[in-house]
Amino acid sequence: MSEQAPPEGGGKVENPRTGGDYAPSVAARLALWHKAGGLAVPLLTTILAFFIGGLVVLVTTGKNPLTTYKAIFEGAGLNWFLEVGSYEIGIPFTESRVWFPWDTSFNSFAALNLQQTLIAYVPLVLTGLAVAFAFRCGMFNIGGQGQYLVGAVVAVWIGSELPGLPGLVHILVAVIAGALAGAVFAGIAGLLKATVGAHEVITTIMLNYVALWAGAFAFGLGGPLQNDNEGGESVPVSNDVLDESKLNVFWGDPVLQGLHVGFFVALAALVVYWLTLNRTTLGYEVRAVGFNPEAARYGGISVARNYFLAMAISGTFAGLAGAIDILGWQFRINTNDVFTTTIGFTGIAVALLGRNTAIGVGLSALLFAALNTGTSTRNLDPEIFRPELASNLTLLIQGLVVLFVGADVLVLYLLSLRKRRRTVRTQE
Amino acid sequence: MNRVLGRLPQGPRTIAWLGILVGLTAFWVALPPLKLRTPILPVVIGLVAIALGVYALRAGVKRLGWGAIATGIGGIGLGYLATRSSVGHLDQVVVWSALMAAMLRFATPLAFAAIGGIFSERSGVTNIGLEGMMLSGAFFGILAADKLGSWILGLAIAALAGGLMALIHAFFAIHLRADQIVGGFAINFLALGITGYLFIDIYGGEGTPTDISEIPDVHLGFLESWYFVGPILGQLNLMIWLAAGTVVLAWVVLFKTPIGLRLRAVGEHPRAAETVGIPVYATRYAAVVLSGMLAALGGAYLSIGFVNSFNQNMTAGRGFIALAVVICGNWRPFQAAAFALLFGFSSALAQRLPAYSESAAVLFQALPYVITLIAVAGVIGRSIPPASVGRPYKKQ
Repeated sequence: MSEQAPPEGGGKVENPRTGGDYAPSVAARLALWHKAGGLAVPLLTTILAFFIGGLVVLVTTGKNPLTTYKAIFEGAGLNWFLEVGSYEIGIPFTESRVWFPWDTSFNSFAALNLQQTLIAYVPLVLTGLAVAFAFRCGMFNIGGQGQYLVGAVVAVWIGSELPGLPGLVHILVAVIAGALAGAVFAGIAGLLKATVGAHEVITTIMLNYVALWAGAFAFGLGGPLQNDNEGGESVPVSNDVLDESKLNVFWGDPVLQGLHVGFFVALAALVVYWLTLNRTTLGYEVRAVGFNPEAARYGGISVARNYFLAMAISGTFAGLAGAIDILGWQFRINTNDVFTTTIGFTGIAVALLGRNTAIGVGLSALLFAALNTGTSTRNLDPEIFRPELASNLTLLIQGLVVLFVGADVLVLYLLSLRKRRRTVRTQE
Repeated sequence: MNRVLGRLPQGPRTIAWLGILVGLTAFWVALPPLKLRTPILPVVIGLVAIALGVYALRAGVKRLGWGAIATGIGGIGLGYLATRSSVGHLDQVVVWSALMAAMLRFATPLAFAAIGGIFSERSGVTNIGLEGMMLSGAFFGILAADKLGSWILGLAIAALAGGLMALIHAFFAIHLRADQIVGGFAINFLALGITGYLFIDIYGGEGTPTDISEIPDVHLGFLESWYFVGPILGQLNLMIWLAAGTVVLAWVVLFKTPIGLRLRAVGEHPRAAETVGIPVYATRYAAVVLSGMLAALGGAYLSIGFVNSFNQNMTAGRGFIALAVVICGNWRPFQAAAFALLFGFSSALAQRLPAYSESAAVLFQALPYVITLIAVAGVIGRSIPPASVGRPYKKQ
């Protein structure tokens, strides 16, 4: 117990083989579960969190938690998947159409709601990956929020300037600049960690607040990036992104916020994340540092360099999230958005529940996107549950998920207790 | 007497500290009450500070030497800016007594939470959940003060709520041996959800009522006529005095009593502590719960002592600044209190700076966080955490 284990997966992980004469601890067995790709613990964790959330609903409002959850489910548009039939879908960039089990025409409420969920899914995947990547290097990046914000600020600035640039080039410049801004911002924390050893949890949190107030200043009254619309001096909002730098909508009505092509960027990011970590030297070094910095240093890996790089890459994901959100559906940002967005924090829950794996992040981001969309004022039926309450319920469930995921040993602990009791009984 | 003199820092270190002081003076002469309008004096004094810093550097005192040089340069720059700015603005912003009083107000919640953090971390449990425990204290404090009609009960319930949150953290960190940073972060999420949920459920859109029982101020009539000290200390909230008392008490308990020795032993080397019969788990539980209660008192001061209302996420990262205070303060109560005052001062300054520029007012709000960042980066190499902080302990 003398060496601090890497926080991969949130739990304390011991190497079962170095356990010596100890019986493999709960944590060591858990490590094996991780390796086996155990889906059971995250699932149980989620169910437990929802169960407690349901109890809260029942106790405080006396409403049936199942009706509430069903309303959230429908608010998120997930019921769209339940209506299976025989339909067709067009393949992108071609004229051909193939058979598809779901109705992709966008006239149903379910489809509209699902589009909203998937729009929320994109930044959650990216901020989730941001947190997960830093975790793999043994760091806890709480700064997803700030990195997301600087990405968004830079993207809205570039997206609303430089008229006359061809659309695709404009989009690329804005997206890359946003991602780079996130990288630089997170890089500050990485650099401080690598050079003076400042704990990244504190530096990233402080950077979050710096980004927040700087953003509020930039778009606030009299700020340098405030809009130059007529009569807009009293409105704390940025300029609109130019039409040619908006991302294409491929499902749904662009006027009603359809699903934009950033969705595919998120999916591609999942693949890139997996490839970088598992198929490149960089990924190998990052993971080695994450497992045991001392051993990595002994093996000739520069720990400081990897701290910095992992943090910068982590920030790239988060900055990308901000840029794509701006170019995809927000198109402008006001000071209120700056204060109220919680995407960076939800990303932490996404990464933890997803066990810092690509597949896990992809799935848990869907869960939290559905929860967030399903409890928004626009999507949740106020007759069934007050949305303002429900959005706090989402926070509560997120907290419970993080708590239980951090200690998924709980599940195994309970199991081991039962087993121990049984052996005691047989001995008697 | 000789012992005291012998323990005073001597040689180049003293010179470096002197340089830092001189560097600050370079700025100070341009401010009220002196308000020198010539830029020459700040420049000259600043150069002296830089010279002292260079001397200390050559004598091998690196960090402090650079500190003196940086302070000298900063003093010249800020002093020059102050001589350029109008006297009216200076008089409006730099009202020392008001700044000091505001500094104490802003530092109080930080001091409570930081002392809590010191107890928890000295026992070996990282407490990132300070923020959430503060927030719980702020909400349940005002809730109890409102429903039960008494600020004393408000404080009691706040401490209870913070203690309960801390108990959850303690159980996961100690018995379940979960990652303490993740667990603490979960506490922050939970507190945000619970307080937000109940706040909307109980108070709805109108917010907390205005006729809530508040923590009273302490009037010290005999002080009020004193020069400078009177306006600062004459009328302070009870909690500010309690915070000062808590700092002293924490120092006594941690460093002058057997209890403190045991607590520190558990945080440095739990196995050795257990070998001599100190209950490691019980000590850690007690320390973490105490930290939650103290953080909650800091939160309750915010809601029923300072602003007399509650809004969602009202602690706004103060728990994290408190954590930085713990680190910068080297896990020692008095040093931590000094840093709490520094951050309190930067918040107080941020509040008054908008006199210079309305639009940049929001930007100044970032000042405490920037200063925290610089302080953490600058001090970190010198602060040594308890040896076993963040490491779960398994009983044998």
